[in-house]
Amino acid sequence: MAKITIRGNMATALGAKLCRPDVVPAYPITPSTLFPEKISEYIADGEMDAEMIRVESEHSAMSACIGASACGARVCTASASQGIALMSEMMFIAAGMRLPIVMAVGNRALSAPINIWCDHQDTISQRDTGWLQFYAEKNQEGLDLMIIAFKVCEDKRVLLPATVGIDAFVLTHTIEAVDVPDQKLVDEFLPKYKPELYLDPSKPMTFGSFGTPEFYQEFKYAQTKAIEKASEVIDEVFAEFKEKFGREYKKITPYKCEDADVIILTMGSMSGTARAAVNKMREEGKKVGCCKLTVYRPFPGKEIVDLTKNARVIAVLDRDISPGFGGALYGEVAAQFINESKHPLITNYIIGLGGRDVLIEDFEEIYDKSIDAVKKGRVEKPVEWIHLNKEVL
Amino acid sequence: MKLTIPEEELMYEGTVDCQGCGAGLAMRYALKALGKKTFVVIPACCWSIIAGPFPYSALQVPLYHTAFETAAVVSAGIKAALDMKGIDATVMAWAGDGGTFDIGIQALSAVAERNDDIIYVCYDNEAYMNTGIQRSSATPYKAWTTTTPRKYPKARPKKNIDEILVAHDIPYVATASVAYPEDFIRKMKKAKDIKGTRFIHVLAPCPTGWRSLPEHTIKLARLAVQTNIFPLYEVENGKYKINIKPKNPKPVEEYLKLQGRFRHLTGEDIKEIQEATNKKWKKLLRKEEFF
Amino acid sequence: MEKEMYEVRFHGRGGQGAVTAATILADAAFREGKDVQAFPIFGVERRGAPVAAFMRMDTKPIDLKTQIYEPDSIVVLDPTLLDVIDVTKGLKEGGKIIINSSKKASEFKFGKAKVYTIDATKIAVKHGLGTKTNPIVNTAILGAYSKAVGNVSIEAIEEAIGEKVPRKKEENKKAAREAYEVTRGE
Repeated sequence: MAKITIRGNMATALGAKLCRPDVVPAYPITPSTLFPEKISEYIADGEMDAEMIRVESEHSAMSACIGASACGARVCTASASQGIALMSEMMFIAAGMRLPIVMAVGNRALSAPINIWCDHQDTISQRDTGWLQFYAEKNQEGLDLMIIAFKVCEDKRVLLPATVGIDAFVLTHTIEAVDVPDQKLVDEFLPKYKPELYLDPSKPMTFGSFGTPEFYQEFKYAQTKAIEKASEVIDEVFAEFKEKFGREYKKITPYKCEDADVIILTMGSMSGTARAAVNKMREEGKKVGCCKLTVYRPFPGKEIVDLTKNARVIAVLDRDISPGFGGALYGEVAAQFINESKHPLITNYIIGLGGRDVLIEDFEEIYDKSIDAVKKGRVEKPVEWIHLNKEVL
Repeated sequence: MKLTIPEEELMYEGTVDCQGCGAGLAMRYALKALGKKTFVVIPACCWSIIAGPFPYSALQVPLYHTAFETAAVVSAGIKAALDMKGIDATVMAWAGDGGTFDIGIQALSAVAERNDDIIYVCYDNEAYMNTGIQRSSATPYKAWTTTTPRKYPKARPKKNIDEILVAHDIPYVATASVAYPEDFIRKMKKAKDIKGTRFIHVLAPCPTGWRSLPEHTIKLARLAVQTNIFPLYEVENGKYKINIKPKNPKPVEEYLKLQGRFRHLTGEDIKEIQEATNKKWKKLLRKEEFF
Repeated sequence: MEKEMYEVRFHGRGGQGAVTAATILADAAFREGKDVQAFPIFGVERRGAPVAAFMRMDTKPIDLKTQIYEPDSIVVLDPTLLDVIDVTKGLKEGGKIIINSSKKASEFKFGKAKVYTIDATKIAVKHGLGTKTNPIVNTAILGAYSKAVGNVSIEAIEEAIGEKVPRKKEENKKAAREAYEVTRGE
């Protein structure tokens, strides 16, 4: 293995290259543009044997992915933000057709107003498409999760697509040290994709014909069972990955949670800052821990309950907003506890939208607010916005 | 007499198209020309239904159903995968006029610009027939549809999709008709042997939407050619060739009067359509002369 | 105990290579066993407009993902920026400023900050880096950084140049070395 310093986009592109995809349809969009640029370069330099389709839109990128994947090719692409919103229609189809496409995402805010910076709104908004969703904390995770995603998605028990999210700029444009696995090890870990069913003139089949009310629900049930099964497959693949490459992944990774009164739940790059904040607060005697969610779909509800149920407050941080409700993650975490006889207070903080930096002080404020709820014994304001600039409002 | 149309059928009987459907017939001919090693990609259109619901299929070749605006690019994706797997086969996108002239034109234009190696067939029934006869940009001037009522029929002429494709400098663009099966099959076979984007535009009368008699489908398709409303021509590497030049073109009225969708036309309207048809035909003759 | 995390902010103009300078410095520190991050100011960069880039290094793995607000040192690639922006904003007390300038360090006064100057433009032109009107000074100024700050060796910077600079690798290394030689450390 070779350790090098690279940007996040380069890490996901390298991850993709190591997986030896056959077809890469892609359309440039900030902050993911380096991905198609690197893939073009790899192909031009003969380092990669793949066909790249330089499509005219993200909608077409996903459509071309779907066509190629249906023929049994290994396929990946990259996008972000508006691009993902545009391809949404095809994301539903990719999952419904059970195609193991992997998409590297530079998680970016959605217009309006136009904004190229980080939040998770783009992929969170696609949570019901049926895609698996991974979120990386650092570039190393971005690279590793590309390889892991292909392995999980192509598993016969799963056969579904996945997004691998790296935060816009905070990771996509940030240089970090990354351990690049040996091609040989990746080849052993991820053998050639051999689907059982694909478009083939010697065995002509029709894919995607309309499902009448007699059948549609069963298709959706089977698809749902598959993504539930993926939860188990992800654990297996994480274990195999650790065995092979030495790096450990969990769907949810706790940090100093055992005796914590307050557990802060995060996704993406802010998870690192959360740990730094926890360390600082622990030094001050505050009983606080944090949990990093790496897998958002399938939702690791049981794991979240097991890790957080003994805390007095769970502070759920959402780098997204479902207007008229609150954060998406908050709603889902709260739902996991509804049938538990006793559960912690659950608070929600909307944070870091459109690239607003997430600071140590923000975590301190969240801790203070959470402890305040403990003292009062109830949550007065379940959904709060952190670091709002009152002067602008 | 020697049979020029292949006998092999790659489409099953008993499909659910309407009586007298030109689109059903067009597919039958197209597959006879292309043979078994053909992948068919169908976006939302009448053919999404004609091909049959799960678990049935009307075709004996691999068939992929996709979203409305994606026939061209899904075909390109399939072709890329086949290239990587070293499989030599024809990929045919099969879309209606809505999926070609309107919602699918962006992806189609991109495929043509890249000269992706696919055959794109537009079976044109001149409106959104699958959703129940709403106007498309392929609907002719003054035609009735459910979104262009008789009091306010379509105010604009049919979009010239063929010239749009020609402008992309692709190797082959052709028009065809279900009333001229030998010509249609010859063009499909020719397209099969060409590399790059090939575009075939086949007029497929729709008795349901045109408010015509099912038994008039072939007659109408033929009259469209004989009146010069829908000329049969091909453009190979930029070179024009008109395949059928009626010696004495029939008046457009003969074509229009068989269709309920033109029932409201006045004498003045018909005169206007005749003049526009003449003008367009002259322009095509000039193109053949010069290019 | 000496503080382990060290943060640097680079000021330049779009096209001058401030981001590359941060990248090279990060790569060099990484070669000496540090964990590193380097990033541009997040957003759109326009040629000629003031830009900033950042480098963070630590002897321990870096958890922190915030931007850099209180750097330990500041590197100014273009002296004309001194009149346009407050380059010392957030600089830690006792921090260092390395300025590309033909003037003497004593001619600058930035509070308690220790100032170093290096005529990186002259060195860059001498080694044929960029053009006379648009010299590429980022490698020369890193040589000065190495001597002035002393936490990344000139050898590691030369190695990092070999890795991260696409063209004129040798000339760039020589420029860094020359700047290193003429800069006086503490």
